[in-house]
Amino acid sequence: MAQRIVVDPITRIEGHLRIEAQVEDGRITNAWASSTAFRGIEIILRGRDPREAWLMAQRICGVCTTVHALASVRAVENALDIQIPDNARLVRNLIAGFQFVHDHMIHFYHLHALDWVDIVSALKADPDATAKLAQSISDWPNSSPDYFRTIKEKLNNFVRSGQLGIFANGYWGHSAYRLPPEANLLAVAHYLEALEWQRDIIRAHAILGAKNPHPQTYLVGGVAIAVDPDSESALNADKLAFLRRLAAKAKAFVEQVYIPDLLAVASFYKDEWGALGEGIGNFLACGEFPDRAGNLLFPAGIILNRDLSRVHPVDQQKIAEYVTHSWYQYSDGDGKGKHPWEGETMPNYTGPKPPYQYLDTDGKYTWMKAPRYEDKPMEVGPLARVLVAYASGQPRIKALVDGALKQLGIGPEALFSTLGRTAARGLETVVIAEQLTAWIGELAANMESGELRIHNGERWDPSTWPKEAKGYGFHDAPRGTLGHWIHIVDGKIANYQAVVPSTWNCSPRDPKGQPGPYEASLIGTPIADPAQPIEILRTIHSFDPCMACGVHILDASGREISRIHLNGGTCP
Amino acid sequence: MNPALIDELSARGVTRREFLKFCTVMAGVLALPVEAAAKIARALETVRRPPVIWLEFQSCTGCTETLLRANRPTVAELVLDVLSLNYSETIMAPAGTAAEKSLHDTIHEGGYITVVEGAIPTGDDGVYCCIGGRTALDILKEAAANTVAIITVGACAFYGGWPSTTPNPTGAKGVKDIISGVPIINLPGCPPNADNITATVVHYLTFKELPATDDLGRPLFAHGRRIHDNCERRGHFDAGEFVEAWGDEGHRKGWCLYKMGCKGPIAFMNCPTIRWNEGTSWPVGAGHGCIACGAPQFWENPAYEPVPIHLVTPSTTYPPVEPLEGMSPVTAGVIGAAVGVAAGVAGAVAVRQLTKKEE
Repeated sequence: MAQRIVVDPITRIEGHLRIEAQVEDGRITNAWASSTAFRGIEIILRGRDPREAWLMAQRICGVCTTVHALASVRAVENALDIQIPDNARLVRNLIAGFQFVHDHMIHFYHLHALDWVDIVSALKADPDATAKLAQSISDWPNSSPDYFRTIKEKLNNFVRSGQLGIFANGYWGHSAYRLPPEANLLAVAHYLEALEWQRDIIRAHAILGAKNPHPQTYLVGGVAIAVDPDSESALNADKLAFLRRLAAKAKAFVEQVYIPDLLAVASFYKDEWGALGEGIGNFLACGEFPDRAGNLLFPAGIILNRDLSRVHPVDQQKIAEYVTHSWYQYSDGDGKGKHPWEGETMPNYTGPKPPYQYLDTDGKYTWMKAPRYEDKPMEVGPLARVLVAYASGQPRIKALVDGALKQLGIGPEALFSTLGRTAARGLETVVIAEQLTAWIGELAANMESGELRIHNGERWDPSTWPKEAKGYGFHDAPRGTLGHWIHIVDGKIANYQAVVPSTWNCSPRDPKGQPGPYEASLIGTPIADPAQPIEILRTIHSFDPCMACGVHILDASGREISRIHLNGGTCP
Repeated sequence: MNPALIDELSARGVTRREFLKFCTVMAGVLALPVEAAAKIARALETVRRPPVIWLEFQSCTGCTETLLRANRPTVAELVLDVLSLNYSETIMAPAGTAAEKSLHDTIHEGGYITVVEGAIPTGDDGVYCCIGGRTALDILKEAAANTVAIITVGACAFYGGWPSTTPNPTGAKGVKDIISGVPIINLPGCPPNADNITATVVHYLTFKELPATDDLGRPLFAHGRRIHDNCERRGHFDAGEFVEAWGDEGHRKGWCLYKMGCKGPIAFMNCPTIRWNEGTSWPVGAGHGCIACGAPQFWENPAYEPVPIHLVTPSTTYPPVEPLEGMSPVTAGVIGAAVGVAAGVAGAVAVRQLTKKEE
């Protein structure tokens, strides 16, 4: 018998996400992803100074802090044909690089881990056996029996207090949990260590960007952090030394804690979750981390239908967005897609009147639009980036992926899965963590050679701009391909549009009925207990959803917002 | 110190020394006398941790992220040792109906603090933000009805933040414009500094009341002083030394960012003194102007245009900013006193010119 289950709120993500799934005979046969909040930055940005768009655009998301700032300044620089100095490239790479490492780590330990780790089971762990397990997978120094005894005692005291806080009402004891108590205790210890680690590591953003969240040293044309070895008010040797310490600490934690834990957890779940949750099999990466010559550490490309033998080029002109199933309307009908240049964002809420039980999933059911590339849905994010790099023959990614597959004793087909997505996130973190020190070294070399420029001010003054200019900026952010498009007229923003990673991944159906990646990835997933659908959380969390980013965002139409129409609160 | 507390702390892996140090630091953040540390320590002895629900509406989750950067106490200490954080969609284990149960149970029991992050859309019956099929407006009102106090974190929950910026497409509002009859304290900023959140929590636990506020409901300990008056670059403003272009010599030397659009003169926040991310840096210190993110409607200010200055009263007796090299301190002092009057007059003229230009 078919049963509709609703998970709302999906927690341990950014923002407001709702999943409705149809379950028949213990398996999901259909699924709908709905983003349930809208803010409308599009109308707000219009008429503002393009040079400050990044400040507000960055506030689209505070988990993905910095990413919209970077895409925004790149879009304006593209429109005005501004080349940035090399120091600005390096500062931006470093801010983005630290963001990746920090963000992926928080995702693994604090957002995703509890889908795989049963905290209550850790109470049964033997600290001596936990120490043995820890020492068998890593050289990380916090691995003594006493250390795990202390952690266990702390956990015991917490549970005894009867106030379980954020851990209350979890799906503890669910039959889908597979880790032995010792692995669970190890994960609890690293959950706590990672909380401490992230706080320290992100001080790199304060050094380079003044603060985190929401660093404040981007500029159209470069960065606002001065570089001068002879000034205490600028990036100097002392601050580079601080950055080096943080980069080394980041790399050590990735290599000695994150990756060993990831592989250990994967080894218990690989047979099941290495074959579930794939989704649509099309992958898009816009590439990231330019070197001085403009070559990218992670290449851009597209993979279609799982075919790793061909990497297709990316052409931003082929992106279009649909609103057939989204709470918006297009002025010339909802059936056709629109390229971001021609995009419109006119809210048109047709959903049930709150409070409601179910959405009308045959009609419009989300604030996400449906982006398509040549009319195909695309998955973006770590898995897309790693697959494109792997298929392009990027040597470091190839070695890491082959090494992980070998260690787990699985084939490349297992990459197309929930587990593959989670593993790809870890593997790309290794590559980025390795690169941080190299970028700091390049900054030092620039300083040594007297190259102190941080900003190209030739077009800072709007009077130097053409009357009209259009541009776009891409950033392959932690959650995937992010694009901003801008149209400048008379020195002001006339139109601004963003197509965001979670818009791609959380996309609803398009006019052809093709589901988006979240929706497709859930179909076929077994649900052991519909009252505790932990399986849905596993796959959805493997994408690292970010609703604030994905919800559409920036408008290119110049139209007034329309009145919304309620459909009277009917439930299907 | 209570021996039971010492045992309790040691069970939590905290030494007595660390605990007292933390209490002293908190007394410092709150600008309290040293004796207050003992009172803080006593307050934190309470066995039952105060329940907290953290609601997120039209937010970017940057305020939750800022909490993760807290170091006195750390977020782990807050969540495990100091508070009972019963609901936080970003970090809580349960989802869906199980998460809603955590919220409902806490509201039903009462005696909880409500933290609100994000604006509340009031347009079109609130359909622009729904959680579990209910509007943000509905959830906020239910939580407010039984809470002991509301702490708003960030610009959005304070006055509506960027979602409420002209033309405010969703009718976004801050908590104070919706809820009355409940003590509300506002911790604005985009996001607020984690230290100001923890300081407010500790103040509340210590004194069983919310800290004193200004007329916008912002705690005086964090928003009592003007950034411009406490800025490390203020001396350069007074000396007429301004950054004229990004990356110029003045920028490298840390001169004043006023002409680059810095909003320090209209911003009341403690960034220059406590700085960010464990005291590592802050926007003006790093080289970009302040955007006054703790002020209401701050997004209406163009980021790169200087603000008018109304309240400058230049000194007439300050010494020269850069004594000549090689001069003995005594000589410098004597000459300084002599030229101070002249420099003061020149400075005052410079400031008046600036002001005039902006007006």
